[in-house]
Amino acid sequence: MQLHDVWFVLIAVLWIGYFFLEGFDFGVGILTKLLARDEPERRVLINTIGPVWDGNEVWLLTAGGATFAAFPAWYATLFSGFYLALLAILVCLIVRVLAFEYRAKRSDPRWKRNWEHAIFWTSLLPAFLWGVAFANIVHGVKINEAGDYAGNFLDLLNPYALLGGLVTLSLFTFHGTVFVALKTLGDIRTRARTLARTTGLITAVLALAFLIWTQTSSGDGWSLAAMVIAVLALLAALALNEAGREGWAFICSGVTIVAAVAMLFLALFPDVMPSSLDPAWSLTVSNASSSHYTLKVMTWVAGIMTPLVLVYQSWTYWVFRKRIGVRNIPAH
Amino acid sequence: MTIVQNTTEGGTDVELALAHETMARWQFGITTVYHFLFVPLTISLAALTAGLQTAWVRTDKAKYFKATKFWGKLLLINLALGVATGIVQEFQFGMNWSAYSKFVGDVFGAPLAMEALLAFFFESTFIGLWIFGWERLPKKIHLGCIWMVAIGTILSAYFILAANSWMQHPVGYTIGANGRAQLTDIGKVLFQETTLVVVFHTMMASFLTGGAFMVGIAAYQLRRQHRLQETDSAKIGAMRASLRLGLVIAVIFGIGTAVSGDSLGKVMFRQQPMKMAAAEALWDTQQPAPFSIFAYGNVNEGRNTIELTIPGLLSFLATSNFHDAVPGINDVQAQERAKYGDKAPSYEPNIPTAFWGFRWMIGFGMTSFAIAAAGLWLTRKRFWLAPEHRRGESEIPLLMLTRTKELNPFLNKWAWRIAILTMGFPLIANSWGWIFTEMGRQPWAVYGLITTAEAVSPTVSVGEQITSLTIFTLLYALLAVIEIRLMITYAKAGPTDEEPPSQDPTLRGPSGDADQPLAFAY
Ligand code: HDD
Ligand code: HEM
Ligand code: HEM
Repeated sequence: MQLHDVWFVLIAVLWIGYFFLEGFDFGVGILTKLLARDEPERRVLINTIGPVWDGNEVWLLTAGGATFAAFPAWYATLFSGFYLALLAILVCLIVRVLAFEYRAKRSDPRWKRNWEHAIFWTSLLPAFLWGVAFANIVHGVKINEAGDYAGNFLDLLNPYALLGGLVTLSLFTFHGTVFVALKTLGDIRTRARTLARTTGLITAVLALAFLIWTQTSSGDGWSLAAMVIAVLALLAALALNEAGREGWAFICSGVTIVAAVAMLFLALFPDVMPSSLDPAWSLTVSNASSSHYTLKVMTWVAGIMTPLVLVYQSWTYWVFRKRIGVRNIPAH
Repeated sequence: MTIVQNTTEGGTDVELALAHETMARWQFGITTVYHFLFVPLTISLAALTAGLQTAWVRTDKAKYFKATKFWGKLLLINLALGVATGIVQEFQFGMNWSAYSKFVGDVFGAPLAMEALLAFFFESTFIGLWIFGWERLPKKIHLGCIWMVAIGTILSAYFILAANSWMQHPVGYTIGANGRAQLTDIGKVLFQETTLVVVFHTMMASFLTGGAFMVGIAAYQLRRQHRLQETDSAKIGAMRASLRLGLVIAVIFGIGTAVSGDSLGKVMFRQQPMKMAAAEALWDTQQPAPFSIFAYGNVNEGRNTIELTIPGLLSFLATSNFHDAVPGINDVQAQERAKYGDKAPSYEPNIPTAFWGFRWMIGFGMTSFAIAAAGLWLTRKRFWLAPEHRRGESEIPLLMLTRTKELNPFLNKWAWRIAILTMGFPLIANSWGWIFTEMGRQPWAVYGLITTAEAVSPTVSVGEQITSLTIFTLLYALLAVIEIRLMITYAKAGPTDEEPPSQDPTLRGPSGDADQPLAFAY
């Protein structure tokens, strides 16, 4: 295994971390309309992720930065090529940060309502768009001879990609619902479990279709294995949710995300952005990567820092491990 | 590397390429300067809040608790926008500058990735712990969290400035077989002189910014408390301590800004002589070179009708010697043309912007410093003053001109007002400092290696660029309105009525408190 292969794996890990973590907080954002009945319940939901959503988002920034450092050509082509889609995601992420931080800063109900709408839409849209983007990457897009994206925005909205978007949207919502069942108390917890059944079943149908499509068009033996794990984990999550084992159900919904994203990366390898125009023009781990020296430096940095990050982020989850319910929310 | 697009109706290749570049530059300029409005305040307020909280934990005085809470709230309002606008920065290089990203990624990506891995995770994780950790974490651990945030902000600045310094003065690389820059020495990139001096200067300027901000808001609060005849001594004490802290910080870091700025000038003179010449609109080499405090007329063509200059000062800024020669724009232009051929049509940056940007940076920033120095003198205390004028720690200070003489009521009113009105000056100075730095480097994106024209994304259309430019500009304008209003609301509201918590929680948390409301929730 060469260093650029290691970096392919590391970048996959960063994206997996991002989707695992931000996945449930996108889900929680979506549930503010799907599950919460009134303002105190919406507050309960928002506060289940209050202390952690910011740290979760940094997984994305790190994936971006690491791609820039390890695969400059991938970074350049991906973000200039998917320009408008990325613009939409960025606008959502900007507004979302402020929605969480500013919502409670004034007591005016209209102010709060507006930010709550914002939380819903800015969670829903990126949850969908990330799926669209990744499906396109795996499927291959019009990369020209110079290694640049030669298609347009509408090319990205093909049926396979739209299905991919629906899968991430429903999967994140399911993951969020399971998370809420694990983190809340009282009535909302019971309703979350019931809702998890519905969202889980929808996810199962969509995910199965999408993963099989992926497997047949670009898969190999490894991706098949990942696919099987993803599907089994999803079914297990559903069953454990029925059995009221909330912690285990959450772990399984997490494993579903890990395995499904891993499958996409396995299907991609050794390309990083296959060209649909001519396979010879594809960006690959070797032609898009940085020099050996840069990769070596970055390997040291990542090797030391990533475990540390995992330790203190896990500690945060441990500090805020308690369930919360409507009665825990201070009035103001 | 090609920047020319296919011809479309009505536009020539060159025009379109220009529009392409112009849009990308406007977008980068607007979003980055906007990001940097929040950055210096976050850096300084995080450390100052941490300092105040340390004072509380060590002395247990209520005024420090109230000051911590007060500045902490303003910090969070500001930080949210800093974080939100930073997200765009992380991806912008890829969006509009893909040719640049491919060319420099091997070198430039490394500090950027390190920033995320070392600094952003720190900041964002520990800020969550700090916000929600009140009365849940043991006091000392909770205090540690805000210090971690403060360290994170400084690390973040360090790495990104190392990246930027590499654009100003590329080191530790070779041009590889594929024609792209390749890293050969990460130590050089992280620790070259340019990086160290720029970090020094930017940190100094950030704390000057935070100091002046603290002074302005504390002055407003104290005047208001005076008018409302506030009696809560902890609230007055909080604002008085903040006023003095802000003044001291602004004075110390004001001096630091000037000293570091001077060093930066010398570095710049050696590395980018064109920028130094442009900063003075010095067309022809002069020995010794003067520095003009003010010029009126046509700066661009070097014909000024009124000019106020200090002889030899530019020579001093550039080389520490009042008599040395400073090469003019025309000479540097000729040298660069000889060296780089016709890579760019001209090697001159926009001269008026460089000239005025440099002056506005120094002018606005140093005004703030001068005001802080005056404020420190006016609010001095203890043995400096006659006994009847001494005021306790929890009283609104008198503004004392001499040992026994107070400022007259009219001047007194204006002294407070000036503190309030000028609190944004360092922000203006910061923005112009960056505009000068970045525009003064033109036509280069990376000095001597790749021009801005070569750096833009070849396949992004002008339509897409107009879309994103419009959306970002409108969104940012809206967010500015929201943020400023919130800031004003919270600055006006003043320190909290809340009393300091009496117990120090343990990490495991008290048992059986499931029904207790949280100390803090969104
Ligand atoms: C409060 C803000 C502030 C104040 C009062 C000053 N500066 Fe500054 N200056 C900045 C804020 C700033 C900045 C925004 O932080 C910059 C932009 C890039 C950088 O590193 O710092 C900068 C850049 C900058 C540069 C350009 C460096 C380059 O292009 O590489 C020079 C030469 C100076 N400064 C010099 C000075 C001098 C001689 C000052 C006063 C005596 C001074 N600055 C005051
Ligand atoms: C790592 C840090 C930075 C990098 C890599 C960087 C890079 C760039 C690039 C690529 C451009 C566009 C090309 C150009 O016009 O020069 C640019 C322009 C600009 N940047 Fe920076 N920049 C950095 C930091 C900043 C900061 C912090 C500010 C100010 C707050 C700033 C202010 C500007 C301005 C005003 C322009 C427009 C200049 C012009 O178009 O002529 N930059 N910078
Ligand atoms: C164009 C180059 C820049 C990029 C790519 C960039 C990127 C970012 C990103 C992604 C964030 C959000 C981090 C989070 O979510 O916690 C951020 C915040 C921050 N950036 Fe920048 N940044 C740039 C310029 C600068 C400069 C020049 C400085 C300092 C001198 C700086 C200092 C900070 C600080 C202190 C924060 C954290 C708090 C806050 O934003 O207010 N940035 N930046």
